Amino acid sequence: MSNTTKFLFRTRGTHRLHIADILMYLYLGLGTLLMFGPVLWGAVSSFKTAAELERFPPSFLPSADEKVEVEGYDSPLSLYTVTLDDGTVAELAQVRRIGIEAQFIDPVNPGELIKVHVNQTEPVRSFALQWQNYIQPLQRFQFFTFFKNSVIVTVSATLITLFINSLAAFALSKYDFRGRHIMFILILGTLMIPTTVTLVPNFLVVTTLGWSNKLIGVILPTVATPTGVFLLRQYMLTIPDDLLDAARIDGASEWRIYWQIILPLASPAIAVLAIFSVMWRWNDFLWPLVVLTQTDKFTLQMGLNMFQGQFDIQWQYLLAMSVLALLPITIIFIFLQRYITTGIASSGVKM
Amino acid sequence: MSETITQKPKKIPQLLLLPITGLLHLLMNISDLFMDFIQRRVGIQGMAYIFVLPNMVFFAMFSLLPLLINFYYAFTGGVKPLPQDRFPVGTGNFDILLECGNYLDPNSCRADLFWRGLQNTIWYVIFEVGAILIFSVLTAVILNQNIKGRGFFRSVFFYPTLLSSVVIALLWKWILQREGILNASLTPFGFEPINFLLDANWSRFWVIFIGVWAKVGFYTLIVLAGLQAIPNTLYEAAKIDGAGRGASFRHITLPLLKPSLIVVLVLTFIRAVQVFDHVFVMTGGGPGTATQYIVQYIYNIGFATSLQNFGLAAAASILLGLILVILTIIQMRVTGSGEE
Repeated sequence: MSNTTKFLFRTRGTHRLHIADILMYLYLGLGTLLMFGPVLWGAVSSFKTAAELERFPPSFLPSADEKVEVEGYDSPLSLYTVTLDDGTVAELAQVRRIGIEAQFIDPVNPGELIKVHVNQTEPVRSFALQWQNYIQPLQRFQFFTFFKNSVIVTVSATLITLFINSLAAFALSKYDFRGRHIMFILILGTLMIPTTVTLVPNFLVVTTLGWSNKLIGVILPTVATPTGVFLLRQYMLTIPDDLLDAARIDGASEWRIYWQIILPLASPAIAVLAIFSVMWRWNDFLWPLVVLTQTDKFTLQMGLNMFQGQFDIQWQYLLAMSVLALLPITIIFIFLQRYITTGIASSGVKM
Repeated sequence: MSETITQKPKKIPQLLLLPITGLLHLLMNISDLFMDFIQRRVGIQGMAYIFVLPNMVFFAMFSLLPLLINFYYAFTGGVKPLPQDRFPVGTGNFDILLECGNYLDPNSCRADLFWRGLQNTIWYVIFEVGAILIFSVLTAVILNQNIKGRGFFRSVFFYPTLLSSVVIALLWKWILQREGILNASLTPFGFEPINFLLDANWSRFWVIFIGVWAKVGFYTLIVLAGLQAIPNTLYEAAKIDGAGRGASFRHITLPLLKPSLIVVLVLTFIRAVQVFDHVFVMTGGGPGTATQYIVQYIYNIGFATSLQNFGLAAAASILLGLILVILTIIQMRVTGSGEE
């Protein structure tokens, strides 16, 4: 408590709380609520029942109607808090409801049915997590197929990207060969041209290669990222040439220099690119949407979009699936957050 | 400022890594033999070409070639995708797009959806870029203060950047629906529940808002890096000279922050023009055509309709690319960053 107060009322050196400090923390507080609130709200709500999601106004924590077994009835009955006509309040089990009137029975002492107006009743709820939201779609909606496709695309595209981008960046930063300026300018030029501009012909190239509706058609067109070449080249330029010359004198081949000197030394930049690449490929939507047409080839993002396209939206499943889709990235972020934020800030590249 | 990466990621136990490192060594030795052989044939300088080759092959196939084909498409017609099945139409596709009674009124144009999309995109870009500039600078300036929990807040603001636009769109769609949490928290204050995404102006607002929400953390980091590069001594000198907070912000921070701001401006601009994913999932371009932007027009024409008009889509995308390149060059000229 005292720590919190101290934290909240820290001042900038003077003993008075400056108005700017208050505004600053207000901004950060509201910002935190705004930036993180929606995800938290979605995650919490993904454990609610469909009925509860439709309730207005919504309750914060997931809960479920409490049920009781009553003698003489096959299925458990819902428990209600009922205000009886004489003013007393009792917990009764609802047998059936006819219009605005409901029939109740006392679960402890089953006897005569009690008829009450529905306005006088309130269901008894208790905290409960609706794991069904996660289990059902996993069984019914091919979630694992989508997940597997996304993992295959993300992992293989990232590995290929890291390999070919770092090789190209090595050549462009450490060798003086004809055409390297043209290559670099061409690569930089495509940074400016949005991928949507070449969406149609790219699709044609992929179809001609026979890759439409195949995962390889999603993977290979994305691997030669201009951002990656640019980022790695800029980093490799800072590696002194003397190191390479020394290695050459010791008899190392150019390939060995790449493996044993350049790659280890450029690992911070490669790590940033790896994180970017995982993020790009995991979250890609438009390109897979164009290339993949059959459901069993869909990536997770497409699957999610499909869930919401199916006649009426079943939010309880959709939320659960969204949580599963953002979970891998979130876990990576929690563990590597400092590394990611400082790495991105210092490289200052586009996403 | 003192926050350099001091803690390295924890070392994974060597034993677990053994199969991986072993495999790598094996791979390396085999590739060594192969590469040595090549190097003896082509020489040291020749190896550079071998190294750029894989990247350039993919780059040529999936970036340069499509760019060329795009031009071919734009000047040919027909519904078939293969080049030999198409017939030349001259500038026909561009004529269709550019045929307008009055360029300010999309209804008077033959390709009215293209112009509506363009108009929507212009408004989107103006608000999105403006809002991201303002909020990324504001957030970065605050996060650059000596406050507790700086790392935490930085992560919080950055977190949405990592999420996929589909997940973002679904989450917000659910928050904004009539029975959603936003309406629920507004009704106690006497507001009527609003069907946000079924109202043209509200859905335009929310589409921009979510675009900013999802990206502002990334640009905040860029601005923050720019702020941290400004030496503290400048502020101290200004303080001695009697400059207040506002004055030192205007005369020191802003001028020195200019390179970072240009990066933010150019990147947000390029991204904003290409807006598609989250809008497509959230509103599908609706209500009506209120949130239909230029990329969705290209997608609809080229892929979503039964008669796929690749020529028209390619022509539209070339116009889009042209606008982008011209505006980016203008931005760079105006902001005087041509030398970078």
